[in-house]
Amino acid sequence: MAGTLDFSPDDRYNAFITTCRQATFSEGTLAGTAVAVKDNISTARIQTTCGSKILEGYVPPYDAHVVELLRQAGAAIVGKTNMDEFGMGTTTETSAFGPTRNPADPERVPGGSSGGSAAAVAAGLVPMALGTDTGGSIRCPAAFCGIVGLKPTYGRVSRYGLIAYANSLEQIGPMARTVEDVSRLMSVIAKYDPRDSTMLDRPYDHRPSADIKGLRVGIPEEYFGEGVDPRVAESVRDAIGVLEGLGAETVPVSIPGMQHALAAYYVICTSEASSNLARFDGVRYGPAVDTRKTWHEAYQDLRLELFGAEVRRRIMLGTFALSAGYAGRYYAKAQVARRNIKEDFERAFCDADVIAGPTMPTTAFRLGEKSDPLSMYLSDILTVPANLAGIPAISVPCGRVDGLPVGLQIMGRQFEDERVVDAAFAYEQEVRA
Amino acid sequence: MKTIVGLEIHVQLSTATKLFCGCSTDYRDDEPNTHCCPVCLGLPGALPRLNRKAVEYGLKVAKALDMRVPEESEFARKNYFYPDLPKAYQITQYDKPLAVEGTVEIEDDEGHEKLIRITRVHLEEDPGRLVHVAGGSKYSLVDYNRSGIPLLEIVTEPDMRSPQEARRFLNRLRTILEYLGVFDGEREGGLRVDANISLEGSERVEVKNISSYKGVEKALTFEVTRQKNLLRRGQKVTRETRHFMEGRGITTSSRSKEEEHDYRYFPEPDLRPLRVADRVAAIDLPELPTARKNRFMKQYGISLNHARTLTGDPKLADFYETVAHVDPVLAATWVADTLLGELNYRDMSIAAVPADRIAELLALLRTETITDTAGVQILREMLDACAAGKPCEPPAVIVEREGLARATGDEFTQVVEKVVAANPQAVEDYRAGKKGALNFLVGQVMKETRGRADPRELGKIVSGYIDTGGV
Repeated sequence: MAGTLDFSPDDRYNAFITTCRQATFSEGTLAGTAVAVKDNISTARIQTTCGSKILEGYVPPYDAHVVELLRQAGAAIVGKTNMDEFGMGTTTETSAFGPTRNPADPERVPGGSSGGSAAAVAAGLVPMALGTDTGGSIRCPAAFCGIVGLKPTYGRVSRYGLIAYANSLEQIGPMARTVEDVSRLMSVIAKYDPRDSTMLDRPYDHRPSADIKGLRVGIPEEYFGEGVDPRVAESVRDAIGVLEGLGAETVPVSIPGMQHALAAYYVICTSEASSNLARFDGVRYGPAVDTRKTWHEAYQDLRLELFGAEVRRRIMLGTFALSAGYAGRYYAKAQVARRNIKEDFERAFCDADVIAGPTMPTTAFRLGEKSDPLSMYLSDILTVPANLAGIPAISVPCGRVDGLPVGLQIMGRQFEDERVVDAAFAYEQEVRA
Repeated sequence: MKTIVGLEIHVQLSTATKLFCGCSTDYRDDEPNTHCCPVCLGLPGALPRLNRKAVEYGLKVAKALDMRVPEESEFARKNYFYPDLPKAYQITQYDKPLAVEGTVEIEDDEGHEKLIRITRVHLEEDPGRLVHVAGGSKYSLVDYNRSGIPLLEIVTEPDMRSPQEARRFLNRLRTILEYLGVFDGEREGGLRVDANISLEGSERVEVKNISSYKGVEKALTFEVTRQKNLLRRGQKVTRETRHFMEGRGITTSSRSKEEEHDYRYFPEPDLRPLRVADRVAAIDLPELPTARKNRFMKQYGISLNHARTLTGDPKLADFYETVAHVDPVLAATWVADTLLGELNYRDMSIAAVPADRIAELLALLRTETITDTAGVQILREMLDACAAGKPCEPPAVIVEREGLARATGDEFTQVVEKVVAANPQAVEDYRAGKKGALNFLVGQVMKETRGRADPRELGKIVSGYIDTGGV
């Protein structure tokens, strides 16, 4: 049943940068299903901007591996979703194409950086979407918009075609209204691709099971401490109570390395970003450099004009962190902190099968509320540890505070994405019933 | 004043595909930007995938240079902006190279054996190439066909003591690489050299942009003279980077801002660390130049000089071994001296020479069917035909057609008579005991008979003819 899907959404929340009004599809497990793709994932013949002016007009000549897999599975790719510029943000406000609004409350941000994908799903424009998660960019908007989002284990989904922000941290992952759809989409995209050398051949092929009897759920004190809205913490504790009611047992665990997580995360991601984004120079794609200037000057002017303030800030930070004389103090130290967090999780996973806590310390911010970059960075504290450790983490809706969605985050051991999905599925089935 | 030289050599490895993608490396004579893909163009989202063959080649070199391969090596990003560098970083190796601590044996300026220490070898990708349009155009063009070609960077310790030693080292290194089959010596720009040179007690100067191994001696000789002149005038040598201008044979200072980089190296997050130390044991090395030279002397009974020349190029050595059966010593002289000279003169490769024809030629020489002079004439005719792409006639056919068979004394009687009659003054001088006179007369006969006789034999005939009064 191959065909063409007419897609003309009422995009009142500015979820899309590009829409494909006539989306063709083929046969397969997702035949005819509309899927939105975050705009940092390369799509042949469809403009891919990363939410940046510097890539405006760039049409990749090739499909990302996940996009190839989507097409093979029969999905209709209906558009490219809005995002923080190059994924650098927690609100989708740094997009060069205007902010996306939260369907749960249009005066609030949808979270980020995959805010467009989350809003498109939450608004019912598409049943599922792809996001990417470098430090929480799938889970944060999933929590803020009240949908489900999974950041897979690092190395489970090919990054080939994902325009890199921070290579060692990020993964492409599924977003949908239900855990079951998240799992279905994960089954399509998590297949081995030799072009990504950081990948392992561990395909995901799983149907979620709600049986979690005897599951040991670790509760890290750090996830309920300072800076976490008590009402959010309470919703999450209630959700964990539901898991206990289903036969899970809770155990206290600790991730002491968390105190350095944000610092380590921001040093690593900005360092890698400063290198990744250096190629955007107007020579090969995007708006062309002014050839009347010397090449050095032309690069400088183009990058100043077309990168947004947050992107420039992170390029500067990363360039500094890698500079001779400073790399030892920043980049090398961040790697140590990262290793410590990884080991903390390994220890915690001796006592627990999964670890649960809030996805975000608060509910969705008002548009413009986080104008100070530091306070925005602080809101990533609960999501970045999973990226630093490379472990799978899912966010599933668990009630509301002041009418705004709250997300329950469940993290698992490396390559145990299935277990994380099952725990979320069990919770979802129980509260839905 | 001691001269101290260390080298950094970039060698293009002769793999079929590029270092991180499947694009073909053989782009010679092809249009610009026809051997490219998302990976070597550095398109957003593309990821590098390491070429196993390039690693194998690197390990082969490491083993041949007697190096240590650490348990783990790692790729790193070298960040800098340049229009020929599509990702704005080069994937290279930094503090964890593929192999460390090796040696290469050369001869020093007195002809003694000497070991040059190799600091490290590492793998990296070649950038693209800028093409500057002639006529002061306002723009340059970029060709990414070269982007991603695998390079092996070989770094030596500052162990060379003269420009001549540096040249000998490079020759030896090139020969080893050719023996290993990891390098195509005929490819333009296949070997590029940066040289560090200082006079003892003075600052070090780096000379970049040396694109031929012959250029190295020239560039370094220029630098030695320049630096000595500075010191003689009471000035100081400043630590700097200089560019070699191949065409003019000089180096010029290049202290532009672009040279002062902080490359901000960090481990390449798109590639896993490389753990290949356990593969070294399984690598079979071919017979290397020194071993082959020694075997040639022993097995074929040829001189050190001939053995050295013949084994200096694996193709030449192979060629010699296919024709040596005719007569090893005769073959060594002809291949190492005559043939090689003729090839250099024509700028021809040994690969273009049919070995069976040379073997036939050697057989004619061995049986004294032709003289050496006729042999050279036949060789030249064969090489000219090869160079022109024409079929190479068997030497016997050329002998027949040109009438070059060695002549016996009798055949020359008439010519000798004619020459003696035409040069009474020379005959007079000969009789007066002037040695040069006989040579002159023999030369005249040789000229008339186009080298078909052995000059020594001819000398006897001419002197006999005059001495016996012309019978």
